[in-house]
Amino acid sequence: MATRTQVNPTRMELTRLKKKLVTAVRGHKLLKDKRDELMRQFLERVRENKSLREHVEAGIQAANKNFLLARAGMQDETLNTALLAPKQRVSLESSTQNVMSVDIPTFTFQTRTPDKNDIFSYGFAFTSSDLDDAIQSLSDIFPEMLKLAECEKACQLMAAEIEKTRRRVNALEHVMIPELQANIKYITMKLDENERSTQIRLMKVKDMMLQEAHGYESI
Amino acid sequence: MYKVAVLGDRDSIYGFAALGLETVPVETPEEGARQLRHLAERDYAVIYITEALAKDLEEELSRFRESLLPAVIPIPGVHGNTGMGIAMVKKSVEQAVGSDIIFNEK
Repeated sequence: MATRTQVNPTRMELTRLKKKLVTAVRGHKLLKDKRDELMRQFLERVRENKSLREHVEAGIQAANKNFLLARAGMQDETLNTALLAPKQRVSLESSTQNVMSVDIPTFTFQTRTPDKNDIFSYGFAFTSSDLDDAIQSLSDIFPEMLKLAECEKACQLMAAEIEKTRRRVNALEHVMIPELQANIKYITMKLDENERSTQIRLMKVKDMMLQEAHGYESI
Repeated sequence: MYKVAVLGDRDSIYGFAALGLETVPVETPEEGARQLRHLAERDYAVIYITEALAKDLEEELSRFRESLLPAVIPIPGVHGNTGMGIAMVKKSVEQAVGSDIIFNEK
């Protein structure tokens, strides 16, 4: 049995506890619904996250292979010079989306110039074509990388929220509600007991008074 | 207006500069931690970090798990895929569900 904190066995306390129990039960139901819905959405997202990540990792690795080839075929200085002053610049617009009271970010990216070829910030004369391939493959994977960032952050935030909600549900279900019920039971018992003891006392007093006044005993 | 940064050893990240992302080459984990904190304080919404570096900075990364921005995302570097990125997703699942139900399907 849950250890009971000291409660006053009064009617006022009883009414208060009953009200509290109603709120607790209602809160428990709502939180449980919230947890279930969060979980459903989370699982959807996490599956997407997994496939996105596998895709992005494969893409980056392919790009890295191309970069390795480019490095092998070119002098270090030439490579450094080629990438020294990038023409393109990416900036992000971030807004938040509310999913079951969890704020998750959504990103849209803008490039400084609309021209797709601006990722090649060098003349083609002194660089190997492997470098072009590498940069192109990296550029192709970038939108997915951004989606991955969005999705992964959402998963992390939702996981934290689910954990919190689960704890609350469990605390209500296994601690708060049983304790309240036990207290209510205790008070009702105590009040009933008091009632009975008053009844008996009254009966006894009646007997004594009858004896004194008329000299006979009631049955 | 937010920016995107890439953090890691130079060989793994120099290509991202061409796309217009900001590359921050670091050599040691200590320097990485300092740069990461530095970037997080400024207006970077997404910070990609190589898995090799992320492995040494797990404590730092966990600080950003529950904040809205920035999103710190591990990516594989030239030295190959260490599985760290997938492990992070796994961690989320474990945190939410209590046990891993997505990744042992294989």
